[in-house]
Amino acid sequence: MQDIFIYDHARTPRGKGRPDGALHEIPAVQLMIQQLEAIRDRNALDTGLLDEVAVGIAQPVAEQGGVLPRAAVIGAGYDQSVAAIQVNRFCASGLDAVNLVAGQIAAGMSKAGIGGGVESMSRVVFGSDPGAWTSDPRIAFNGYFAPQGIGADIIATIDGFSRADVDAYAAESQRRAALAWAEGRFARSVVPVRDLLDEVILDRDEAMRPGTTVDDLAKLKPAFVELGNAGYDRIAQECYRQIERVEHVHTGGNSSGIVDGAATVLLGDAGFGERTGLVPRARIRAWASIGSEPTIMLTAPAAVARKALANAAMETSDIDLFELNEAFASMVLRFMAVMGVDHDRINVNGGAIAMGHPLGATGAMILGTAIDELERSGKSTAMALLCAANGLGSATIIERV
Amino acid sequence: MKHMQLTFGDDGAAILTLDREDGSVNVICDAFMEALGAALDQVAQREDCTGLVIRSAKPGFLAGADLTMLAAEFPTMTARRGYEISQRISGLLRRLEMLPIPSVAILAGAALGGGLELALACSHRIASETAMVGLPEVNLGLLPAAGGTQRLPRMIGAKKALGLLLGGSMIDAAKAAELGIVDEVVPGTEAADAARRWLTSSPESQKPWDRKGFRPPEARGLMLPEVALGYSLATAGVAGKAGFRQPAPVAILSCVFEGMQLPFDRALQVESKYFGRLVSGKVAQNIIGTTFIARQAALKGARRPEGHEIRKVSRLGVIGAGMMGAGIAQVAAKAGIAVVLIDRTAEQAEKGKAYSARSMDKLVERGRITREKADALLNRIAPTDDFTQLAGCELVVEAVFEDAAVKAETIRKVEAATGPETIYASNTSTLPITGLAAASSRPDRFIGLHFFSPAERMELVEVIRGARTSDATLAASLDFLSQLRKTPIVVNDGRGFYTSRVVQFFINEGAAMVGEGVEPARIENAARSIGFPVGPLALLDEVSIDLPVAIFDQALSQEDNLAEPAGVATLRRMQELDRHGRKTGRGFYDYPESGPKQLWHGLGEAFPLASEQPDDREIERRLLYAQSLEALRCREGGILDTDADGDLGSVFGWGFPAWTGGALRYIETEGVEQFVANARELARRHGSRFEPTPGLDDRVKAAA
Repeated sequence: MQDIFIYDHARTPRGKGRPDGALHEIPAVQLMIQQLEAIRDRNALDTGLLDEVAVGIAQPVAEQGGVLPRAAVIGAGYDQSVAAIQVNRFCASGLDAVNLVAGQIAAGMSKAGIGGGVESMSRVVFGSDPGAWTSDPRIAFNGYFAPQGIGADIIATIDGFSRADVDAYAAESQRRAALAWAEGRFARSVVPVRDLLDEVILDRDEAMRPGTTVDDLAKLKPAFVELGNAGYDRIAQECYRQIERVEHVHTGGNSSGIVDGAATVLLGDAGFGERTGLVPRARIRAWASIGSEPTIMLTAPAAVARKALANAAMETSDIDLFELNEAFASMVLRFMAVMGVDHDRINVNGGAIAMGHPLGATGAMILGTAIDELERSGKSTAMALLCAANGLGSATIIERV
Repeated sequence: MKHMQLTFGDDGAAILTLDREDGSVNVICDAFMEALGAALDQVAQREDCTGLVIRSAKPGFLAGADLTMLAAEFPTMTARRGYEISQRISGLLRRLEMLPIPSVAILAGAALGGGLELALACSHRIASETAMVGLPEVNLGLLPAAGGTQRLPRMIGAKKALGLLLGGSMIDAAKAAELGIVDEVVPGTEAADAARRWLTSSPESQKPWDRKGFRPPEARGLMLPEVALGYSLATAGVAGKAGFRQPAPVAILSCVFEGMQLPFDRALQVESKYFGRLVSGKVAQNIIGTTFIARQAALKGARRPEGHEIRKVSRLGVIGAGMMGAGIAQVAAKAGIAVVLIDRTAEQAEKGKAYSARSMDKLVERGRITREKADALLNRIAPTDDFTQLAGCELVVEAVFEDAAVKAETIRKVEAATGPETIYASNTSTLPITGLAAASSRPDRFIGLHFFSPAERMELVEVIRGARTSDATLAASLDFLSQLRKTPIVVNDGRGFYTSRVVQFFINEGAAMVGEGVEPARIENAARSIGFPVGPLALLDEVSIDLPVAIFDQALSQEDNLAEPAGVATLRRMQELDRHGRKTGRGFYDYPESGPKQLWHGLGEAFPLASEQPDDREIERRLLYAQSLEALRCREGGILDTDADGDLGSVFGWGFPAWTGGALRYIETEGVEQFVANARELARRHGSRFEPTPGLDDRVKAAA
């Protein structure tokens, strides 16, 4: 197996995923093109050296469909020999795109490539890519499908996380993200997005609400009560019989924000560094994907973390830093409890609750955040991981070189 | 032509008149389908035929499939055979729909299931004002398999169609017109003219879905996110309402979802395939076997002794004007019987009548009954404290306090006021009839008629034959129940008879598990999951925790060496903790003034949770098996004469889930051998109440 190095990482700032969001006028493919241009230009890259551009997209339909990555490769003026593939494992797509390229390099079938992700949630809105798992009655019924927010509330109910607990977690995510921005901790990664006038349209994460307090959050309405009443609470109780009633504690304030964004990770073998003169920033030690109980669909992180650790022959204690996508507060709280990971070792610069979760892009973003933070803090190892819909999850372990 | 006549009018229109030969209701049987095929052939051959009118010579239009015929095939039914049955009728209706001439259905009375589907296949529907339509198949564990799941959503949209397909209820002509199911509503006498008028208006006979370019949103399936979301929520709605033990509702949803994306004839095939899966499955066969076949048989006098003239009650006495007595009085008055409603004081008797007056007011408000009819009904109830008013009553139902002494006193008073022919029926739910009859001077005319509460809504009556109850008394009592349109089961005498005895095992098992440290929510959710309307702990709170304890203590005072049933210890502990049930606002649940009830938080302290919780399947099994085994003991111990009584009593008496077919039929549903093996394992783990009964051996042999 070849060593797999990460040579660079870039991301867009995250724009509010709404019609008034800064990035709403930028099509997803343009977000990706700007990213590909940026990572090429800042590394003075001969794109003919790249074998693959893999891009995670959680809703690869309409303008995000049709193998958007290939259109982006051509649009960015990359060498036409560069292959492209779109990757979908729901919210884990961006990390899986990185893992896909890593696998090609490890196997010696590629020398270098880009893994990344993109999602314009303001344009290809949530729910644009429904499938059998949610909407074919036979499949959804027999699969005990419930929306993810219900799953998050199930976790809170079973584990006894109160509204105050999840709101406290959310407020801390906001505080950490604000501090990280104030200290410029994302400066190396964030590439501003430009509009048609070539002017900067967004240069910072737009959805953050610095200064948010637990009291502010307590005022928000629970988001999943109506869905619960529509029948999903009954499905929850069918699967989790210990639940007398589902406590709906999740709100827009303690769940991941809906945003637009894109990210790239430049990967290569050792020879790629020698040919280009680029210095690796990190090495990928192991990765894993897993399936877990699909009704809650948020319990994969602990399982996939253990699997990745086993692949790397490491222990939980060997990981200095965890970046776990903050889909919902209860999901992170359970991960911390199950894995015995203190809050000071996870999402130290905030997460998707504060900065947003551009579905397919997030995996590549948080992997980059981990690299930046390892470099800033002088620590050695990190794991980036995400839960994904229908019980899926992926994780990647890196170490600084 | 059997069951229908085809005539051709001077105006060139063919008239097909549905008219079942050997019954008052048109149904779709083999002969019906043969005749319909022949009629369509004839119509197609007449080149000068300008249109087709389909009407009924009966008060109703067509009540759907002949379920008796269908049920006769259950033992050998396969999915393929079910598919073929559906395709046959579906194909006929498709031929009707594809006739080159316009067709119109005249709906009077009820057009249900296949009856409505026949009408939907016509080009036009004219309903008389009193017509009722509906697709009740879902209630039987089936789906409308003659195009109902395909035509209706194409006609009125998937959402509205699903309301009818999944709801299974009847709607009146006005509502049907509003939904677009019928095209015209006219007075019954004008329907024929309206049909003729429509036929002469050169109408379009081709259906929209047979024209080019027909493309409702659902035809694009999940390409449209809003369509996808609709199906997603509809699936949740089905799961939320019907739970996970009934395959029919979700199959209906699938028929619409899958069928709407297909060309019409392929869609009909998919519908037939889903029908084949349902009709060859145990759930539909159980539901039909018990709630239709066995129920119809009971209504038609399956348990009535032969050789006794049919008798009618014209004057009824009801003693005790509480909720039960008042309810019985109301049901009887509704059936046209004059009722003497007696209580200790005239005032209390009046209160009983006021109960009915209130429920009549509600019905009038909702337009379910006219004020006139409601008043007439109420006028038939005469409240009084005067026992001499009972003179002339053919039957007296006693619904006084459950106390042997109070009952004995009532018996004496009633017998003093009535003639020797009068039947005395006690509505006791637990006290043995033979014992009560000891206070009677004519025990041969003494019987138990155990109505369920509320009597005006619960259709089951448990008829208890005492040791000396005569066949004539039983026959006359069943005639009386037939007047009330109640479904009777006939059981023999014993403590708790059948229903009260077996339901006890449901609540006791729930209480026993609480005592063992099973999480209470798991118990309640298990009961709900397997289809009980409420969990055992909620039910205990409703009946009060004191009641089962009192029943057992009373039994103990009369019998030596009675082992205390599992669960009673839990109930005694609850009593010690001053938690007596809903009436005191404190039971297994708390009843906050605002908000729904919730399990009492102190339960965990009173009954510490076991560190390891049982498998959920085991909880479900305990609840079902405890009851089925007690029902078996009733069957083998002479309380029940037939399985059908046991099944009907369980489903209609205390809400034993219909998908099982009932407390006894459930054994075959599990597979008798599997049931025996599971029972043995439960007995080993939880006690002798789960020991297989001797009679199970015979059932194993019978099933082999």
